[in-house]
Amino acid sequence: MDALFLSLRLALCVSAILLVIGMPVAYWLAYSSWRGKFLLESVVALPLVLPPTVIGFYALVAMGPRGPLGKLWFMFFGHGLAFTFGGLILASVLYSFPFAVQPLIASFESVDRKLLDASAVLGAGRLRTFWRVILPLSLPGVLTAGVLSFAHTIGEFGVVLMVGGNLAGLTRTVSIDIYDHVQSLEYADANRMALVLLAISFGVLSLVYAVNRRVWTPWAAK
Amino acid sequence: MDPVGGEIKTPMLAVQIRKERRNSGASSFLLDVSMEVPAGITILFGPSGAGKSTLLDCIAGLVRPDAGRIVAGEEVLFDSSIGINVPAQKRRTAYVFQTLALFPHLSVEENVAYGLKDLHEEERQRRVEEILGAFRVEKLCRQKPGAISGGERQRAALARSLVTDPRVLLLDEPLTGLDADLKAAIVDDLRLWNAAKRIPILYVTHTREEVDALGERVIALENGRVVSHGAPMDVLDAPRRKRLAQAAGFENLLSGAVRDLREADGVMRVRLGESPCEIEVPLGYAAAGDHVQVAIRAGDILLATERPRGLSARNVIEGRIVSLEQRGTLVTARVDCGVVFVVHVTPGAARALELSVGKQVWLVLKTHSCHLVK
Repeated sequence: MDALFLSLRLALCVSAILLVIGMPVAYWLAYSSWRGKFLLESVVALPLVLPPTVIGFYALVAMGPRGPLGKLWFMFFGHGLAFTFGGLILASVLYSFPFAVQPLIASFESVDRKLLDASAVLGAGRLRTFWRVILPLSLPGVLTAGVLSFAHTIGEFGVVLMVGGNLAGLTRTVSIDIYDHVQSLEYADANRMALVLLAISFGVLSLVYAVNRRVWTPWAAK
Repeated sequence: MDPVGGEIKTPMLAVQIRKERRNSGASSFLLDVSMEVPAGITILFGPSGAGKSTLLDCIAGLVRPDAGRIVAGEEVLFDSSIGINVPAQKRRTAYVFQTLALFPHLSVEENVAYGLKDLHEEERQRRVEEILGAFRVEKLCRQKPGAISGGERQRAALARSLVTDPRVLLLDEPLTGLDADLKAAIVDDLRLWNAAKRIPILYVTHTREEVDALGERVIALENGRVVSHGAPMDVLDAPRRKRLAQAAGFENLLSGAVRDLREADGVMRVRLGESPCEIEVPLGYAAAGDHVQVAIRAGDILLATERPRGLSARNVIEGRIVSLEQRGTLVTARVDCGVVFVVHVTPGAARALELSVGKQVWLVLKTHSCHLVK
């Protein structure tokens, strides 16, 4: 059960962090007219196509004692970043980035531009327009982003294995726990954990699809 | 409500801008206008694609012109020569979009209060209540825009943009889709509000009926240029260009050749197309043999089932009805007189005259209902 709570804790932290840093990135990607925008779009989408081991490998190198992140972390906290919960969060944030940013971009882009014009003409700056108009109208997208990055983080395996290793209570997440059980031929334990994961994933995806079908929207679509 | 003295103090919007729009591909569109808009309602009229909305966007600060100068009252909003470009947020222009752009997640009251963030709570509440009352939507203040009728949404949108005490009001076809009575009622409330504020209102439309209903001043825009301005009668009843003529509701646009000029009578005779049909039109800048276009409104043509006599109208043309079509309270008859005329009559008249396809009729046209189009 330790592994399950660790996974939930990790997924919660990661989705919270992703929502905070994903919003400005998504805002910029949705509204910027810079011609080189496609470059950043490609970078954001990279984790979708790269094998988790590749991301995990680079993350591990960067976090290692000789890597830039590892050195920086050591300076501030006096210990390394690799094989810690913090390192796990960092790597997971990278890995789940597109799952948070892409739904945000899609929902920001679907806000009627005339509403933004109206807001500007009524004297509202960009920040006020974002809080009062764009964000409230993008709530389904924000929920989708949060839920998808949560689910994706819970289910990750390769990145966690590369960066976190397999330290019980510290970096041993559900997926790795299941793998361990299977390795030691404890199929019943593996099955129990796998079922829990299956149930969580199904519940979470149903939520996303229900919201995107606009089953519950607070205002009536015209 | 004409200005009483103090011409200088009358707030005025002066616009002189050029804007090249680069569409995808080579087609570029040039907005090149110069106009002065005094207090009161000025109609910006022209076919779709003439640049009306782009012009409003430039005035509001949503689109940056390539060059020029925009002045509202005494403040320069844009001047390319000295690098002034006041951002849209600070221009104090009110803009009601064609789609109204009410915030769907906010109530009518919250929509109206949106532009008043800098005010004290009490002052804001007072202003919101006042404007909601002026536009008769105070009862709907807690409703979301999706839950109220089209006319109510339009009133709410007007209230939202006017509550900020703007210097200029821009209206981009805000009342399309409303029936005439509702439209007139809203315009009356707008006039009432502006009687006290006296700001320039630029009202964009492409429909002739709205020009007739609002009519004070009209600026006609076509292909990004001002083609004429003045009182509605002057601008619309002497159309200078064909597309404008069609947009202005001249259903009959006939080409012909000038037969002869009768300068003493101030008229000339024009033979229409290849037909033997000739009509008398007001004298224009033309010589015998010139090709001209004549614009005639379908509603200006009288229809008779017997040859009329003793009329002042100079043109009586014999023809046959080729089609009859009723749409709403309007019957459109197409009459072949060598060239085909479109004639509008009321359903009652159509019944009384027992109009039917193939029936022989006479069209009666006053000389001054025939407008010469260059």
